[in-house]
Amino acid sequence: MRIPCPLCGERDLREFTPWGDAALMHRPGFDAGPEAAHAYLHLRENPAGPHRELSYHELGCAAWLVVTRNTLTHEVMGAALAGEGAEGGA
Amino acid sequence: MSRLASGGLVDRSRRLSFTFDGRRLSGHPGDTLASALLANGVRLVGRSFKYHRPRGIFSAGSEEPNALMEIGVGARRTPNTRATRVMLTEGLVARSQNAWPSPAFDLMAVNDLAAPLLGAGFYYKTFMWPKSFWERVYEPLIRRAAGLGRLAGQDDPDVYDQAFAHADLLVIGAGPAGLMAALEAGEAGARVILADEDFTLGGRLNAETAPLAGAAPHAWAAHTVARLSAMPNVTLMPRTTVFGAYDGGMYGAVQEVAGHLAAPPEGCPRETHWRIRAQAAVLCAGAIERPVAFPGNDRPGVMLASALRSYITRFGVAPGQRVAVFTNNDDGWRTAQAVEAAGLTLAALIDSREGVSPPTLSGRVITGAVVTDTAGRRGLTGLTLRAGSRTEQLAVDCLAVSGGWNPTLHLTAHLGGRPEWDPGLAAFVPSAAHVPGLRVAGAAAGVFTTAGALAGGQAAAAEALAELGRTAPGLPLPEAEDMPPRLTPLWAVPARGRAWVDLQNDVTTKDIATARDEAFGAPEHLKRYTTLGMATDQGKTGNVLALGVLGALTGRGPEEVGTTTFRPPYTPVTLAALAGRHARGAFQPVREAPSNALARARGAPMIEAGLWKRAAYFPQAGDTSWRDACDREVGFVREAVGVSDVSTLGKIEITGPDAAALLDRVYTGTFSTLAPGRVRYGVMLREDGFVFDDGTTACLGPGHYVMTTTTANAGPVLRHLEFCLQVLWPELDAVCASVTEGWAQFAVAGPKGRALLERVVAEDVSDAAFPFMACGSVSVAGVPGRLFRISFSGERAWEIAVPSGHGDALARLLAEEAEALGGGLYGMEALNVLRIEKGHVTGAELHGRTTAFDCGFAKMMSSKKDYIGRAGAARPGLNGPERAQLVGVKPVDPGAKLLAGAKFLNRGAEAVAAEEQGDLTSVCHSPVLGHMIGLGFVVNGRARRGEVIRMVDLLRGADIEVEICAPHFVDPEGERLRG
Repeated sequence: MRIPCPLCGERDLREFTPWGDAALMHRPGFDAGPEAAHAYLHLRENPAGPHRELSYHELGCAAWLVVTRNTLTHEVMGAALAGEGAEGGA
Repeated sequence: MSRLASGGLVDRSRRLSFTFDGRRLSGHPGDTLASALLANGVRLVGRSFKYHRPRGIFSAGSEEPNALMEIGVGARRTPNTRATRVMLTEGLVARSQNAWPSPAFDLMAVNDLAAPLLGAGFYYKTFMWPKSFWERVYEPLIRRAAGLGRLAGQDDPDVYDQAFAHADLLVIGAGPAGLMAALEAGEAGARVILADEDFTLGGRLNAETAPLAGAAPHAWAAHTVARLSAMPNVTLMPRTTVFGAYDGGMYGAVQEVAGHLAAPPEGCPRETHWRIRAQAAVLCAGAIERPVAFPGNDRPGVMLASALRSYITRFGVAPGQRVAVFTNNDDGWRTAQAVEAAGLTLAALIDSREGVSPPTLSGRVITGAVVTDTAGRRGLTGLTLRAGSRTEQLAVDCLAVSGGWNPTLHLTAHLGGRPEWDPGLAAFVPSAAHVPGLRVAGAAAGVFTTAGALAGGQAAAAEALAELGRTAPGLPLPEAEDMPPRLTPLWAVPARGRAWVDLQNDVTTKDIATARDEAFGAPEHLKRYTTLGMATDQGKTGNVLALGVLGALTGRGPEEVGTTTFRPPYTPVTLAALAGRHARGAFQPVREAPSNALARARGAPMIEAGLWKRAAYFPQAGDTSWRDACDREVGFVREAVGVSDVSTLGKIEITGPDAAALLDRVYTGTFSTLAPGRVRYGVMLREDGFVFDDGTTACLGPGHYVMTTTTANAGPVLRHLEFCLQVLWPELDAVCASVTEGWAQFAVAGPKGRALLERVVAEDVSDAAFPFMACGSVSVAGVPGRLFRISFSGERAWEIAVPSGHGDALARLLAEEAEALGGGLYGMEALNVLRIEKGHVTGAELHGRTTAFDCGFAKMMSSKKDYIGRAGAARPGLNGPERAQLVGVKPVDPGAKLLAGAKFLNRGAEAVAAEEQGDLTSVCHSPVLGHMIGLGFVVNGRARRGEVIRMVDLLRGADIEVEICAPHFVDPEGERLRG
């Protein structure tokens, strides 16, 4: 698998640390209550098909990315910097 | 000798000598080990896996189930090597496997008499009673009796490489389809890689005689290879097996760089594991002939018809002098023709089909007939055939069998594709592309003519070129044979006797029937129950035949039975090739602490802490054990001054106007109130509320902090901070950078620590100027450095840091000064004792299953702000008496030994998991107290101080009484720290 890092270009999978569902971007504050915290901690979509996932370019530029990957085929459909308006969620 | 008088692509002008089971034999350049063995009249090459039946060379390719050998000597001896794939070289040493004392006289052949006991699923049935015998008696016996080759048992002296390659078009297989595809794409200017497992490119063209472009097909192959090798944009990779297809256009391949030589030249890898990234690929892997199951079809001398043709045409070798051909298809006729063309006697062409008209031959042609048995103890001497109601015996020493062809479609199924049954071809063919960018051409696609292969290879290349935006040149195709072989399926001959389906695993038609009868008739069950299709050949010759046999038994076609799952690798790959250079000292990177040169000079053994090497202790003359050194070094710190290298702790600089806000959100405590020149201890949680890491953060100036992490978590904490800054709160204006390697840092601890510092540091380090938890810039022997008044040992202590280039010099200076004051260096063992005596936690306690509450950090958890893990930590069940809480323990008998990892139980409780009260995480001998002490977690432990419970370790046979106490054994009030 190769991931098109917006800063470095297309790079081998092994430079990246996968971090799961991009829904993790939307952290509820403590004030949002235990149900929201529970959902954030534990509830994930598990789609068969395109999925938006966080990935850290740990052996590269240290950028956190949102990578869109088809979970059925591993086709990588794109990657964007997590900090620049990339939307989280499945 | 069985070498034909002429013919073959071998260099008859040169001789190569080799040995097989100690016999000196010779062959020619261009031979495989298998062809050379046959040329020397060697027919019996090994014994079968289970029944120890005599076996001979069955194929001429990587599908070989029988001729597995140990190649090489000493540390380079490689087991389970297929003789059909070994290029003959001078001095090659080959040995047979699974036979003792020799393949001709094998004592374990008695297994064949016990065959009724060893049928399908025998290890689930025959050897079940008594139960205890399986592990002690049956399994060791079976393992000794059945088996493959022996490992060398020595360190591999060779190096293996890993490499990446990139191509516009990867062509897998260099037969007619592959050569034509590579030529078309090469002429178009595309970057082409052409890989083939063989050492001579050309595939079946080297083994056939039907004219191609008006000449011998191998001549066209050689001419085309020469054209390709002259193209700078084409890379030819012979001896390279593409073993797997992966996502994103990645293909795994192993190249025998020097694997075919007795020893690699100096500096040359034996094998290279390639990751080939291709925009497009064409699979031109050809097809593998399948046998027919009939009684006695496993004797040496019975071989695939295509293999016989290969040995005659490519190698100029006669595997037999009096040959019969048994076929269900027209391609078998070509083998009969090749036999006669080579001047050998064709005893009979036996075609199972009625009403077909084979070509005119000198030998007999018998249609509508099948082979029902064979004879010969160590090699074939005759066969029995049946035509209608008539049976007849023929004397033959070689029987060539063809049951049709199976496209080599494995790679098309590696990403989940399922092959489809083509009833016209009576074969599984690749289904619609499941590997993006991969096309299939030639016999691999079920096209069984040379003309069709050439056209298919060209068309596949043209399609790929169009996708790449290149124009296909549309080269003229050479004139080639164009007769698709007709076939009438024949799986098993109905006849009495054992008929082999999988030669490598000794699976017969009877085993398949047994498995079906015992409800293991689904292909995946059949495989596990009978071992069909396992081991080195993965059923390349037997699998489809087995599916045909199974289908016939159950009245279904192979399309209804289905296949097992195809997974990489296509052929066995050595673990050494996968490991590449990551072996021995280069298994992983080594990180050396700045003082390690000094520590090694002092004879200090090293402890691994992640990738770091850290000094364990510093032995001195007269020490009787490591404990002497450890106790002495603890004494340095408690009585005088000790110096320890703590550079391995993670150091992260955080700068920016919002740096303090970031710290507030990642630590449970508040850091925005930390003034410049001050240090604070902090605990970080994971979002689920469990402790992630701990350490100190120093404020060096407004918006400028340096955080320390535990050695193990330096990387993960940086990743976490970046996650917070980039993903959760991109609005925060702060940046962080790892400076772990940038600074050499040493702990200076003990009552004489200040005296030492005054000799090293220019600035005032009095309590007034530099109190507990102060930090600041200092001049260290003229070098700009940093000083932190922090303590892990519980003594009055500092950590002093200089740029790491000065680390070695500072270590030597500090060691010398400490020794002058009656102290010295201390290592990890003493550091551990000091922190346990003080009740400081490390990774042994912060192991991911403990909360801040468990560790006694509850008062450090701010209620005035949100922070990572606050909501998680507030969950029910994480904050009460039900939790195992950090405590100290000491043995009731001061002489008793504590064991880290042991469990706590109440007095009188049964030693079962349900009664567990917690566990012991850290232990040491305390030189101050004179007995062992430990840290651990006990259910409701903080309320149980003074209670006596048991420390139980069933594995190490310990069950002793211990007293729960506070986790601070020395100076609980911290007077030594500040004073």
